[in-house]
Amino acid sequence: MSKKLLSLILCISLLLSVMLLAGCGDRGSADVYFLNFKPESADVYTEIAKKYEEETGVSVKVVTAAANTYEQTLKSEIAKSNAPTIFQVNGPIGYESWKDYCLNIEGSDFAKLLSDDTLAIRDANGEGIYAVPYVVEGYGIIYNDAIMKKYFALSDKTVEIDSADQINSFATLKAVAEDMTAHKDELGIKGVFASTSLSSGEDWRWQTHLLNVPLYYELRDSEDYTDPTIAGLNAKEVAFRYAQNYKNLFDLYINNSITEKGLLGSKSTSDSMAEFALSQVAMVQNGNWAWSQIKDVKGNTVAEDDIKFLPLYTGITDEENQGLCIGTENYLAINKNASEDQQKKSLDFLYWLFSSETGKDYVTNKLDFITPFNSFSEAELPNDPLAREVVRYMNDENVNTVTWIFTSFPSDVFKTEVGGALLEYAQGNKEWTDVETTVKSMWKSERE
Amino acid sequence: MRTSSKRWFAVFVLPTFIAFCIAFLVPFIMGLYLSFCEFRTVSDAQFVGLQNYIRAFSENSDFINSLWFTVKFAFTAVISINVIAFLLALLLTRGIRGTNLFRTVFFMPNLIGGIVLGYIWQLIINGVLYNYGYSITSNAAFGYWGLVVLMSWQMIGYMMIIYIAGIQNIPTAILEAARVDGAGPLRTLRSIIIPSVMPSITICLFLTITNSFKLFDQNLALTAGAPSKQTQMVALDIYNTFYGRIGSEGVGQAKAVIFFILVAVVALLQLYFTRSREVEN
Repeated sequence: MSKKLLSLILCISLLLSVMLLAGCGDRGSADVYFLNFKPESADVYTEIAKKYEEETGVSVKVVTAAANTYEQTLKSEIAKSNAPTIFQVNGPIGYESWKDYCLNIEGSDFAKLLSDDTLAIRDANGEGIYAVPYVVEGYGIIYNDAIMKKYFALSDKTVEIDSADQINSFATLKAVAEDMTAHKDELGIKGVFASTSLSSGEDWRWQTHLLNVPLYYELRDSEDYTDPTIAGLNAKEVAFRYAQNYKNLFDLYINNSITEKGLLGSKSTSDSMAEFALSQVAMVQNGNWAWSQIKDVKGNTVAEDDIKFLPLYTGITDEENQGLCIGTENYLAINKNASEDQQKKSLDFLYWLFSSETGKDYVTNKLDFITPFNSFSEAELPNDPLAREVVRYMNDENVNTVTWIFTSFPSDVFKTEVGGALLEYAQGNKEWTDVETTVKSMWKSERE
Repeated sequence: MRTSSKRWFAVFVLPTFIAFCIAFLVPFIMGLYLSFCEFRTVSDAQFVGLQNYIRAFSENSDFINSLWFTVKFAFTAVISINVIAFLLALLLTRGIRGTNLFRTVFFMPNLIGGIVLGYIWQLIINGVLYNYGYSITSNAAFGYWGLVVLMSWQMIGYMMIIYIAGIQNIPTAILEAARVDGAGPLRTLRSIIIPSVMPSITICLFLTITNSFKLFDQNLALTAGAPSKQTQMVALDIYNTFYGRIGSEGVGQAKAVIFFILVAVVALLQLYFTRSREVEN
């Protein structure tokens, strides 16, 4: 009896494992497989995929990599037989690592949508188009104008100016921030700046975005190249000449923060955004993509009209006309190893998304993208307050935009090491000179 | 009957064998090969010889540092886990009221995943340190002891169960004889209980040593190596090497092979030494 039972169990397990193996092979392969970089847009993309399948019958599979894991996900996905047909590279350095997988799409309808094709990524000889940027973003200091107005209405404020948009240099910003800290109880805030999130994986606003500013000014002065990004890509070393300027703003953040310096190592970006959304702080450094985060915080008390941008003033000479940091690190590429049919369908999908009425509606109103494509008219711009601010700065001819040169930073290791040094500096375990040394030595060693 | 079962042997072993190949043998051999290659994804490897192994040590001192940190951690954790688990096992084999409840409760942490545990302990430890203006990243020692506490908390229950089984297997006749001969509790512990549970000690030491060395998710969730990689263990260093920089995939793979050999050697040595002290009942 028991032997019979045993052999029955063995037979069932055999059957099951065969079924399991068979099941593995037969997972539905879609025509278009888009590996999405932006977790905040995951739901919208799924909706778009459904809509596209309804309209054209072409199936689109969207997979979203979790925050900060895109490279890992791409690495494992692209080795599979059902590899992504559309994936993203984060600028020239990203293209370097994935160039064996990027199809030349010069001449395709999608690539022709670019209003300025110098934005596209070309190969080492400057030929072909291998990746196309699809969204332009900007970052700076986001402030809550309601709190600022309250401050400027104070009778005993120590600054001369009387509205936030008159802040046009680091000196004024510092005076305002420090005076606001002195008056924080009257203003009903817990700190001027939101937490300078320095926990691991959450420090990109400082080791990438803020570091962009001093290095932009340094690389802009390069004698060999006119384009600072290209200068950055070719720079074997950086002098970190404007380190003091970086320190200026970073110190201002951590000295007038809602959070004690010793605790910054446990804060995340969403903590900072929540503090801002709940009006506990007046300012936070982030980009226009943060709108969805601010909007979705429960108990959000910031009025849409009160959300404004300030440039990242660091005390550089003539910074009165400095604008926001505007650029892109989001480039779409088509997988060279996909079948011709899949490549064509993928390009069609992208063309549809960025040129058809339905597609454009999703892009401007749901994804909130400012695109670099000529298919979008002046009126077809996202309606969120931060994107509007970015457009305002972009169109203002008097300001000098700081471009995104961080796409030329040598590697993720470089950024992580700088982030670690910043954390230890903020906690008081390291001196500022150690941070400077880290930036310089890591740039050099990672570039090799 | 005998011959027919022999004939069917291959058929019944086949599914497991295939699974073993797919999930272990093939990846292992591929991994070994890839450690001698430069590659971006596992399907486009180029043979480069020993270069990765040299780079693993020459490029920076991360690997050595994390190895040293891992050894320090494993030393403390193995002692704390085994001593506490053994004491709990002694306590819970005395027939005190609620023994079953206690056994269940002590075992429960083992059922929670490492990442979840890591975040829970991060909250707890930060919650305490906040009062003094610190967080777990302020000092590498916080991360070190945090990991030891976390690992102990998770593993003690499991080891306790194994020790309990060992202690319950000791024939009561021997214990009674010892008592009649006038052995006190300490003497009984040293001369009867510990030698009799040597097999359990072997298996517990093996499990704790290998698990402490291979620790990854708890490390990632608790500190992720902060501050400045000072609390980074080998497994996490391998992961960061693999994904941190383009062109370093092979170096990560080489570190993984070195790590495998190291863990295997340590575990086999330990098995050899504790096995030799086991006594036949």
